[in-house]
Formats: sequence, structure tokens, C-alpha cells
Amino acid sequence: MTAGVEFRGLRRMFGRTVALDGLDLTVRPGELMALLGPSGCGKTTALRCVAGFEHPDEGAVVVDGEDVTRRPANRRDTGMVFQSYSLFPNLNVRDNVAFGLRVRKVPAARRHARAAELLELVGLPTHGERYPHELSGGQQQRVALARALAPEPRVLLLDEPLSALDAKVRLTLREEIRRLQLDLGITTVFVTHDQEEALSVADRVAVMREGRLEQCAPPAEVYDRPATPFVAEFVGTMNHLPGRLSSGEVTVLGMTLPVEGPLPATPEVDVLARPEAVLLTPDPDGEGLVVTSSFRGSSARLRVRLGDLEVLSDVPGHDTVRLAPGTRVGVGLVRRPVLVAGRAGES
Amino acid sequence: MVAVTPVLDAPRELAPAGRRRVRVWRGLALGLAAVYFLLPLATSFWFTVHNERQGFSLAPYPRILAAEGFGTSMLLSLGLAAATIVVALGLTLPAMLAVRLGAPRLRPVLEVVCTLPLVVPPITFVSGIGTVLRSGPDLLATTPFWGTLMAIQDERFPLVLVLAYVVLALPFVYRSLDAGLRAIDVRTLVEAARGLGASWPYVLLRVLVPNLRSAITGAAFLTLALVLGEYTVAALLGYRTFPVWIVTVAGSEGQLSVAVSLLSLLIIWLLSLALSGAGAGRRRSS
Ligand SMILES: Nc1ncnc2c1ncn2[C@@H]1O[C@H](COP(=O)(O)OP(=O)(O)O)[C@@H](O)[C@H]1O
Ligand SMILES: [Mg+2]
Repeated sequence: MTAGVEFRGLRRMFGRTVALDGLDLTVRPGELMALLGPSGCGKTTALRCVAGFEHPDEGAVVVDGEDVTRRPANRRDTGMVFQSYSLFPNLNVRDNVAFGLRVRKVPAARRHARAAELLELVGLPTHGERYPHELSGGQQQRVALARALAPEPRVLLLDEPLSALDAKVRLTLREEIRRLQLDLGITTVFVTHDQEEALSVADRVAVMREGRLEQCAPPAEVYDRPATPFVAEFVGTMNHLPGRLSSGEVTVLGMTLPVEGPLPATPEVDVLARPEAVLLTPDPDGEGLVVTSSFRGSSARLRVRLGDLEVLSDVPGHDTVRLAPGTRVGVGLVRRPVLVAGRAGES
Repeated sequence: MVAVTPVLDAPRELAPAGRRRVRVWRGLALGLAAVYFLLPLATSFWFTVHNERQGFSLAPYPRILAAEGFGTSMLLSLGLAAATIVVALGLTLPAMLAVRLGAPRLRPVLEVVCTLPLVVPPITFVSGIGTVLRSGPDLLATTPFWGTLMAIQDERFPLVLVLAYVVLALPFVYRSLDAGLRAIDVRTLVEAARGLGASWPYVLLRVLVPNLRSAITGAAFLTLALVLGEYTVAALLGYRTFPVWIVTVAGSEGQLSVAVSLLSLLIIWLLSLALSGAGAGRRRSS
């Protein structure tokens, strides 16, 4: 049932817009891969190429070792959950879930049993007789998930399934999707533009930009060791600190640090630093001034003015007392290789 | 129309006096509409059942059924209506779906084409058809199109009329279906069904048609009403459809013809009830 998915050099143009520009990516069997990227970077197009709703101009989609690029959508054996609500309005919940089985001519008794089983699985065992318009958005997406899973597809495709829901439902539902995916061990491609969502549910995160793959790695690696400034920028929060390159090292905040990743052409660069990599020490003669502090339990995020620069720093929660707003501080960085980008956010 | 417009509730925050005023106005508007529609009907009815010499008599009504030509012309018109509905829906629905799914930029073009018959006066349309039929043989005689048209000609079932009525019905069918298609997310429903393994015919008949039921019913009803009321084209082409028959009868028997008109109104009304009943029902499935 479970199969790997390969995107091989997918290209797709819409008029003069390049939606996919040679996308290469391999999803392993049983893995949950998040496709992450800003809106318009081609995530949906890539997913639709797997489902068969979109056809690449060049390249191939391979599922379970078979090239399915030319196969019509109804014979691809994929389950898709859409961004917008997509339940059939004329069918009740049970018949919606059983739709894929009905198409496959599974006898009524068996498909009803299977629908009941799946509704149980998505936590809606008593909603079978309801109609879609009688359900909340979160419930509709649960039913859509059950409907996609009912025919036991080889691959589950999720196109921003949570983006129309409110924050609280979004959190619980994404946990449930992950639990279900692990239980069933189904290969899943989860498209999202929300980096937190991607990092929290995926086995690996594929960051896309303008139709190409920037980096594909486990969440911690994408966060800690972004392959490119774009990834660093897109995933998590980044400070931009002015620095100066010389012979493979960069001078920033009075420290000299090694550089990793690609080097820009000009010596004047922005050094990229996570808030947790910015160190503050109370110092009456320090150049920084704590402006605001927002407490988050175990940690706090401080906004520090440094000349005409604003720097964000995450500090342990108990440090907020000695780093209260108005405190003068010295600002430094954790000693580690850093990423640099061309000045002024051009990367 | 089959769809019933919901009656708007009076705004809740109105003071009692204001609410009463709203109610009065609403009653007045309703009354005026009733007078406008019902008065002619009532006087027509009075005309059919009252006469100077005998006073009140329902006699014209039984006479209708016995009248020469009633049955055949009625059947002809119903048959034409059915054929027109099938052809018009069969042309329009797939075309509209194809445009929506495959070439959204052609939508305005389709809309204009389908609405065009509305702006051409019926008489122009008829004389156009007349001209084509007269000069057609010379110009088109050798084409397969004309050959087919000739081959499927039938005295008792004039296909020319069906074709003409399909053109006349296009704007109504288009409008009705367009409203229905706007109410659902066609693309997502189609893709959801395709992804779950449904073939294209399955998608059309089991997914789209059920969700467009009221729009299709509306289109069918408007077409039915159009065909059962169309006189000009049928008369000029020399076919004795129901409306043409009414006019023929009217020449000889005034009372009878008005009685027939009233009866045909009743029939259309009953048919439309039946149609919308079919549209509203069928909630249950599998
Ligand atoms: N059917 C289409 N017609 C024209 N342009 C499209 C179509 N689908 C996508 N695009 C364009 O392709 C690019 C990628 O779109 P999409 O894959 O939807 O991005 P994402 O899902 O990452 O937001 C966008 O610039 C979008 O405008
Ligand atoms: Mg998208």
C-alpha cells in the first residue's frame, strides 16, 4: 500500500509564469514530507502533478517505481485533501467517505463498514447521517481526510488542509493528521506555507522557492543548518546584522566568525542570526538598550535597540528580571559558523 | 421560475409602528401583484363559463377534449418540449463545464453566444430561418449537414422546430445553469471525484448533475414554458403545435379558445410542479 514518490525534473509553465522550474524531490515510503514555501512558489502545482490534475511540461512523476506522468487522475490511486471544502454537498458524511469505494463497486455492506471505521478514526463516529453543510470547517476537513483514506491510496496528498480553519482547530487537527499518518504508515505529502506547521509534523521538510527545491532535510536541520539564506529567512525568525567579509570570515558586532554556505560577491554583507543565537549581557556601558520584552513561559523574546538597528533575542524566562526594558546591554553572538547574505535582504 | 425567493423578514429592531407600516406596504404590494396577475385570469374564466343566453355553464371545458386537433397538437408540443430540453441541456451543460474547467477565458464568449437569441426579435429570427430553408437547398445541398437534416426530416415530428427552439431556449438554459454552477465549486468537486477514482461520465452524472438538480429543473421548466407558448416560428413554418391550434380554434369558437388557454396554463403549472418536485426530492442515496 505504501509507496515512494519521486518528482523528476518537473517543469510547468502557465503562460510566462514558471510554476515549476525543474523540481527534483524524493519522498520515501511511509514518510511525511512537508512541502514548504511562500505562496506562489509552486507547491500546489507540484502536488497536483502527483494527483494527475496538472501535467508537467517536462519531467516525470514516479510512484512506487512506476512512471505515472501520463496516467489519468482516476487511476493514480492517490488520496487528496483540498484547501477549500470539497465534500459532495448532496451526499451525507457516510456516503462521502464511501464514495471512492462506491466508484470501485465495493458492495454496500462492506463500504458502510469501512466508512464507519474511518469516521471512528477521525473522531466523528456519530456524524455519518449528517450533511456537509451541517458540519464545522474542522469537521469537514476530517471527513475529507476519511474520504481520501477510505480506498487505501498509495499516497496521501494534503494541500494546505488546515489553512481555512481557526488557530486552535488547526493545532489539534495537525497533531491528529500526524498520529493517523504514523498509525497507517502512509506516504504523505503535506503542502503548507506555514513553517511552524511544517516543522512540527514532518519527517522531512522540502523548502521550495520559485518552482525549485532549496533544501530538503529533517526539521531540526532545516532550522539549525539552513542550506541557503532564503531557507534561513523563511524558516523561523532571523536577525540581519551588518558585517564585513574578509578571507572567508566575517566581522560582526566586534567579533570575527567563520562563514558557512554561499559567499556573496560584495564584502558588505548581512549576517543572519537566530534570536536564540544573540547573547545579551547587562552592561551600563553597553551599546544596546532593551526596548520591550515579551514573556513566553520558559523563554522571553527581547527587542533590543542597537544604534539604528533592532535586534531580537531569545533569553531564558528567568533572565527577564535582570534584562528588563530600559536595561543597557552588550550584544554578542554565539560562537558558531554563520550564514551571510548580500546587503539589504537581497539574497 | 421554480426557485422560490425567500421572503425577507422585517428588520428586527423596528418599532411596532414601523413594523406595522412595513406589513401594510407588503400587503399592498402583494395585493397589487395579485390583482395584476389574477384579474385577467378571473375575467377570462368568467368569459368561458358565462354567456348571455344560457347564463352559467361549464360546457366549453368538456368540449375541449373532444375538439378536433387538441390531443395531437398537445402531444406534438410536449414532444417538442421534451426534445428541446434534452438537446439544449445536452449542448449547454457539457460546454459550460468544459469552459469552466479547461478554458475559463472563453467564458464571456460562451455567455454572449448563449444570450444572443434574446436580443434578436422573434420575427427576425423566423424570417432568417425561412430564408435559410428557402435558399438552403441551393447553397448547402451538397454538404453532409444538409443531407443529414433532410434524412432525419419527419412530417409528424418537425426537427427544424426543435433546432429553432433550442436556439430560443439557450439564454434561459444558460442563465439557469450558470446560477447553479456558481453555487458550487465545480473544479474542486470534479477533482475530488476524479482523485477518488471516478470516470468522467460518473463525475458528470453522479456528482455534478445531482448538485445541479435545481438549476437543471429550472432550465427544463423555462424551456417547457417557452415551447408550450411559442407561436410565431411554428405558425410561419406551418406546423400545428398547441399554440397554433389555439389560435386556429379561436377564429371559430371564442369561448373554447380561451378555455383552452386557461387549461394550458393549468397544465404548464402542474408540469412545473411535477418538475420541481422531482428536483427537490431524491435527497436520499445509496
Ligand atoms: N491554472 C493556472 N493558471 C495560471 N497560472 C497558474 C495556474 N496555477 C498556478 N499558476 C501560477 O503558478 C504559480 C505557482 O502556483 P501554485 O502552485 O498554486 O503555488 P503555491 O501553491 O505554492 O501557492 C503561481 O504564480 C500561480 O499564479
Ligand atoms: Mg497553493
